[in-house]
This record gives sequence, structure tokens and C-alpha cells, in this order.
Amino acid sequence: MTDMQLISLTVNGDEHTLAVESRRTLVDVLRHDLGYTGTHVGCEHGICGACTVLLDGQPVRACLIFGVQADGCEVRTVEGLADGDELSDLQQAFSRCHALQCGFCTPGFLMLAEAYLAEKDGRPADEAEVREVVAANLCRCTGYQGIVEAVCSVAADRAKASG
Amino acid sequence: MIGARLPRKEDARLVRGLGRFADDTDRPGQLWMRVIRSTVAHGRVRSIDAPAAIAVFTAKDVPDLRIPVRLKVQGVDLSDFLQPVLATEVRYVGEPVAVVLADDPYAAEDAAEQVSVDIEELEPVVTATKAHAAADFSLGYGDVATAFETAAEIVELDFTIGRHSAVPLEPRGLLAVPDPVTGAVEIFGMTKVPVYNKAVLARMLEIDETLIHGRAMDAGGGFGVRGEFYPEDFLVPWLARKLRRPVKWIEDRAEHLVATNHSRQQRHRICAAFDETGRILGLRDDVMHDNGAYCRTHGIIVPELTLAMLPGPYRVPAYAGHITVALTNKTPCGTYRSPGRFEGTSAREQLLDVAADRLGIDRVELRRRNLLTAAELPHARAMSTLGTDVVLDTADYPGLLAKAVAEADRLGYRSEVDSARAGGRLAGLGVAMFLEKSGLGPQDTADVLVSGTGAVHVHTGGTSLGQGIETAMAQIAADELGVDPEIVHVVNGDTDLQPYGGGSWASRSTVVSGGAVQAAAAAVRERAIEIAARILAVTPDKLECGGGVIRVADSPGAEVSLAEVVRACQPTGDQLRPGEPAGLSARRRFEVEHMTYPYGVHIAVVEVDPGTAGVRVLRYLVAYEVGRAVNPTMVEGQLVGGVAQGVGGALLEEFTYDEAGQPQSVTFMDYRLPTAAEVPHVDVLVTEDAPAPGNPLGVRGAGEGGLSAAGGALAGAVRDALGLDDSVEVLPMTADRVRLLMERDK
Repeated sequence: MTDMQLISLTVNGDEHTLAVESRRTLVDVLRHDLGYTGTHVGCEHGICGACTVLLDGQPVRACLIFGVQADGCEVRTVEGLADGDELSDLQQAFSRCHALQCGFCTPGFLMLAEAYLAEKDGRPADEAEVREVVAANLCRCTGYQGIVEAVCSVAADRAKASG
Repeated sequence: MIGARLPRKEDARLVRGLGRFADDTDRPGQLWMRVIRSTVAHGRVRSIDAPAAIAVFTAKDVPDLRIPVRLKVQGVDLSDFLQPVLATEVRYVGEPVAVVLADDPYAAEDAAEQVSVDIEELEPVVTATKAHAAADFSLGYGDVATAFETAAEIVELDFTIGRHSAVPLEPRGLLAVPDPVTGAVEIFGMTKVPVYNKAVLARMLEIDETLIHGRAMDAGGGFGVRGEFYPEDFLVPWLARKLRRPVKWIEDRAEHLVATNHSRQQRHRICAAFDETGRILGLRDDVMHDNGAYCRTHGIIVPELTLAMLPGPYRVPAYAGHITVALTNKTPCGTYRSPGRFEGTSAREQLLDVAADRLGIDRVELRRRNLLTAAELPHARAMSTLGTDVVLDTADYPGLLAKAVAEADRLGYRSEVDSARAGGRLAGLGVAMFLEKSGLGPQDTADVLVSGTGAVHVHTGGTSLGQGIETAMAQIAADELGVDPEIVHVVNGDTDLQPYGGGSWASRSTVVSGGAVQAAAAAVRERAIEIAARILAVTPDKLECGGGVIRVADSPGAEVSLAEVVRACQPTGDQLRPGEPAGLSARRRFEVEHMTYPYGVHIAVVEVDPGTAGVRVLRYLVAYEVGRAVNPTMVEGQLVGGVAQGVGGALLEEFTYDEAGQPQSVTFMDYRLPTAAEVPHVDVLVTEDAPAPGNPLGVRGAGEGGLSAAGGALAGAVRDALGLDDSVEVLPMTADRVRLLMERDK
């Protein structure tokens, strides 16, 4: 269209330079221009959090950010969590704790929890705090129980590991 | 493998973001469809105009077709109330009147904004009344008049359940890819009942149904609404074939909240007659059901299920249920998880609570006295629903109630209420019991085949809506074949791989598809043993199956792998006899005579904030009889997830409309789904005391029991917290309604 901008962003360590319309949301840039379809679109008004990605380490709603705003930024998506075939501790905990059913909201919860755990930096978390954090996103299948349990369990493991 | 808490097969791809949802697939040259929807609740389309550059299709461009009802009920003809694919007279805000196409979704939205739709407004109907009835029918049995004449106590309530919907996190979506050579069309995003929908679409497109290929995808939740046949399910493939280009449509959330099926909205005038000992003599319910603007694919099944399931697990000697299905200028309705039962259970259990107080009998004791006992089962009620007679199978209702109450006591539910009250807080406990139904037949088909590496492939007609069916089917097949579930690959809902099958709804897949998978796997095992016997030169009765091999019992080392067996019965294999079909595979059909009826108990503890009138759920217990759990973790997950939706339905979620029929719940700011902050930790007690007699696995469905009694239990708890004499009257119990209840009883 008429209003195109050239942007560069790093996604999960890979650099991309592309031309996007100014109005194009970051989630559409990620999903449709770059093929990172793990980030999902659930509501497009910033409530459900299915599109949560990390932008320079901070969790953001990728449906409320324009691609041009991510110019020069580091983006992490769900595809960047596993190390090859090795799932991250958080991904493993989600499966172990039955923290997903349909899995549509899961990438958003994983990224939200990843940011929270990074912020905790190995300090222990309590369930009430985890519930409050997790309440930022919507899940319609699990009743949140497994999600809270998974995040608590990884927080405890990381706290133990960091001594 | 059956009964094991295996991690789900689905998880590995879903936690990596490698699931394949409707919007994750694109095809070169695809067009994006955008639906133009009515902005008024009732009116006549005078004109639809667009700049010449815009590809717009209106009712006059598309075939004049209406979407048929999938579930016929009590012989009622609904053909006058079916929804067209594009309207000329609009009947609700959100009704499709036109579509536009563009190369990109942003451009499609731009184009849609340039289309002007002129609608002559007509008077909308926003309240259900008998005057707007699409149908009106009764179910029941026994001498109700005498029951009420001889009653010692009659309790009557007026109870209203709000308009809710499933609201799965993934909006609906479809991609149709035409093959210009053959006229075939491949459809991505067709879940729930693909085989049925394929047949409907074939009739509407006037093509042979084998030309429609429904491709299995991941689906971001269903809960009743996703995968039914909506106008878009015709428009997308019709346009793709007409334009000879792939056409894609992805619903946005604003569309979803006005376009996808709503459910629930009912007003019950429910009345029970009791003798002096609290035994139910008769039950009457007169229900007004607000079905919205049309009868969609579910027709009037929700009203039927409401009436047929209303007596629940209780001994009700005489029953008269009557329901009026009214049409209003709101979004049309379909089913939502626990259809009819959430509504009926909420009304009935609140009635029992009020009755217990009037009769001076403890709430649990009143229920216990009226539950059918194991000796009284099976129990046939002179009613039918979903085309099958209501015959309650084996159960121990009083036993489960006793277990649930004991578990809640053990976990300190009552003491928590007592201590909260001692501290001056408004706390209360609610108990509700429910009867569910599951395993709707009449049949399902599954294919099981073993490929050259020894991997097992299962193709069922069930569909995966996120509930873990892939894992459950793998466990059943692995159990029967004696292989590691890791090597079982399940594809659900691909209409080429499995051209038969009833889909996933009504908590039927594990029961009916599971039965078919078990039968097909058993046939494969039998054939494998037959071939292995030839290779090993022994009689088949000497052989046993396990660990991926077939071995001679008590003869270490004398074995062949499944892979070797497969190779031996290939067309080039050395064990295939003349006339025998090649390969190791079987297709089997499994039939059930009646549904199977799981049941359960919900116990809730709530606290009402005297300042805000907000209700907080402190404790929640679900006790559920599942017959046999294929994967207990998944059963518990279904129950816990159901409770969250029940908390939503009981306390938060409601679609409201203004007097002009304008929807007021059009974003997630005003249709309030529960978050982790509103949903409590849920205690679960799954029992396997009453295996279902109607299927060899003994399983009962687990899809809906977490939700069925949530309205009843939470209403009971709020009533208890506030010390109400009468009922809570309306669900959801939003803060403004609870405020009215607090003022009412002052």
C-alpha cells in the first residue's frame, strides 16, 4: 500500500528486515510476514493475551503494537523457547501439569510466565502472586489450575537451582 | 495403557507453537473474505452499494439457501425458521448481508467499510414471549395433577438463566482451496462434525460429497459452538469454487460475539410437590427459551435436553415439562457445554434448597432421600432425547453424594464457612447434584492400520477440539495392540482418511469413537496373530501380543515384530495367500444402544463482599463418576476446566441487549470471562464405581460434568451466604443482582 516502512527486528535471535505498512500489527508481521504462527490472535483488543510475546524482554500484546514500533527490537516468541528438540523447563512443566488443553492460549501464557520468571530471577514465587500474574491472560479450557501449578513448579525449581 | 496418566501427545507441538490452527495455513493466491453484518436488529435490506472496484456479493448473487437443522427434535418442523446464507430481511445485529473479497485481510476490511448497506428498520423483539414461538412442546409422564393435589408442601420458583456462550479462545476460521480440474474443494478449519457438514455442503453446492475434503486441524476450543454449519461454512467454499481461488476467512472477536451461537437463556417456572417426609411426588416446569433469531443447526435440541434431563438423578414419580421456544431479534442459539443441563440443574437444585428450608430438612438429606438407589436402576423414563429413550444405567447416586460430602468435610469446607461467619463475613456453602448424559450414538467408525515401521495409525471420525482425544484414542489402541502409545499416530476428523464418524460433541468421542478404535485395534491384533502364526509355524492360540511383538507364549526368542508381520502381508510379502487383502489394517464400526449417564456432585464455598456485593469462590469440589477413566489426568482437567466456565456462567458472563436489540456485550470488556483471579483451586474426586454397561470399555464421557451443577452449587452457596428464604432468582449473580438480593431480604 501507500504507507510502507522498512523495519528490522530480531526474532528468537534471527534478524529480519522487511517492508510493512505502518498500520500492520506486530502479531500480523510475526505470523503472516515472518511465519511465526505460534503466536496467536484471540481478541485483537488486548484482553486475552494469546498474542503475548517478549519485546526486549518485556511481555507485550502483539495485537496492540504496530510492527513499526518493534523496529530495532529483539522479539521472543514461543518458537524460541525450546533448544532444538529439548523443551524448556517451562514447556515441560506445562505438559506435566496438564496446563493446556486446546493449546491456543498456551504460547501467550508461556511468554507471560517466561517474563515473570525472568523478573523473579531465581527468587521463589508464591501461588497468590502467580495467580495474579496469570490473570493477565485468558484460558477457556484449563480452569488455570495447571497453568498456576506449572509456573509455581518452575519457579521453585529455578529457586532451588540458584541456591 | 488405559487408566494411565500419560502426558498428552498433543502437547509436544502445542507448547512449541507448532499446532496448526485455522489461521496458520495459507495458500498462494488466496483471497480474504470479510463479512458485512447487519447493524440493526430487525429490518429489510433496501440496497447494498459499493464502488465498482470492490468485489461484493449479496443475497442476490448467492444461491437462495437455508442452513438445515442437524438435530431433529420430537418431529417438530422448523423449516420456516432456518437461517439464509445471506439475508435480505435481517433479524439480528451481526447477521451476514454481504461479503467482500480482497488479496489481504486489511484490504478486505477497508473494502467492507466502503460498502454502504441501507436497511429499513422494523420493530425488534427483544423479549421472549409465547407470541413469538417457533415451537412449543411437552415431555413428561405420570399423574402430575394427583401428585400436586395430595402434596404436603408445594414449592415454586421463578428462575432465570442468562444468555451465555462458549467463547473458545480461537475465533472461527476457514480456508477453502478449490481444484479447478476436478471441482473438488479442500477445507481447513472444519472441526466438530466434519462428516455431517461435508454432506450438508455437498448438497448445498450440488456436488458429490467425495469432492469435499475436510482436513484435520488443531482447534482452539469448541464447547459446542465451533464447527457447526454457519453461513460462512457455505460462503467460503462456494466463493472458492466460483472464483477458482483459495478463499480464507478468519473471524475477529467482535464478530464472534455476535455471530457464533449463543445459548442458555431460559426462564423456568418450576414447581415441585413433596409429601410430609420430603419425598418428591411430582415435578412441573414451564420454560420460556429465548432462541434468538433463527433455528440454527441444533434446532430445538437445547429445549428438549432441558426437559428430558430435568428430573436428574432423583426419583420423580410424575413429571410435566413444557417449553416454549421463542424467536427474538438476537444472535441465534445453539448448544454450549452441558446444554439444557446447566439450565435445568440450576433451577432444580435451587428449588431443592428452598424446599429443604421450607420442609425443615437438611439440604443434603433432602437430596439423599430423593435420589434413585442402585436397586432402582436401570431406570427408564417415558421420554426420549437426541432420538434415544431416556434409560438411566447403573449408578450409585447416594454413594457418590456421601463421598462428596465426606471429602468436603475432610478438606475443611464447612469449618471454613463457620470460621468466616464467626469473623463476621458473609460466607456460604452450596451443594448441587447433577445427572449428565454422554456417549451419544448410534455409532462411530475407526480405522487402525500398521505401517512398515510398525507404527500404528488410527483414523477416527471424532474430532479434536482440544480435549485430548488424540491421546485417549492412542491409549485405547495401544492397550489393545500391546504397543507403546508413542508409536500410535492418531488423526481425527480428516474426512478422506475417515469418511464416516459422528464427530466430537455431546461427550461422545471417548465412548463411541473409543469403542470403534478398540474394535478395530482388536481386529488388527487378531489378523497380526494370524500372519505371525504362519511366520512362526505355530497355531494362533500359542501367540500373545505385547511390546510391539507377537511371541510364542513360554518360548523366549520365538517372536516376530509387528513391522515384520506388516512386511509379510504386503502384496510382495511371503505370507499373503491368494485372495487375501494386503496390509495390516481394519475398519470397525461401534454401535451403542442408549447413551450412558455419568453423574456428580458440586460443592462450593463462597464469600459475598458486603461492600461491593461481589461473590468470591473460596473452595470448590467436583465429585464425578466416570465409569472408567482412560486418562485420569485428562478427566480431571475436563472437570476443572468446566468449573471455570461454570463460575463464568454463574457469576460473570452474560450477553445483554438494549431495547433496540443492540448487543451490549461486544468486547471482552463487557462479556467477562473468568480469569485466574476469579477461578478457585478445584478439588476433584473422580470415581470408577459404576462402569458403563453399554460399552466394553465401561467409560462415560467427562466433557460436561465440571459445568453442569456449577450454577446450582454457586446459587446455593450465595443463598446460604446471604441467608435468603427464597431463591437467588437469576444467573449470573453479578454484583448488581446480588446487591438487589441483599436489599430484598433486609
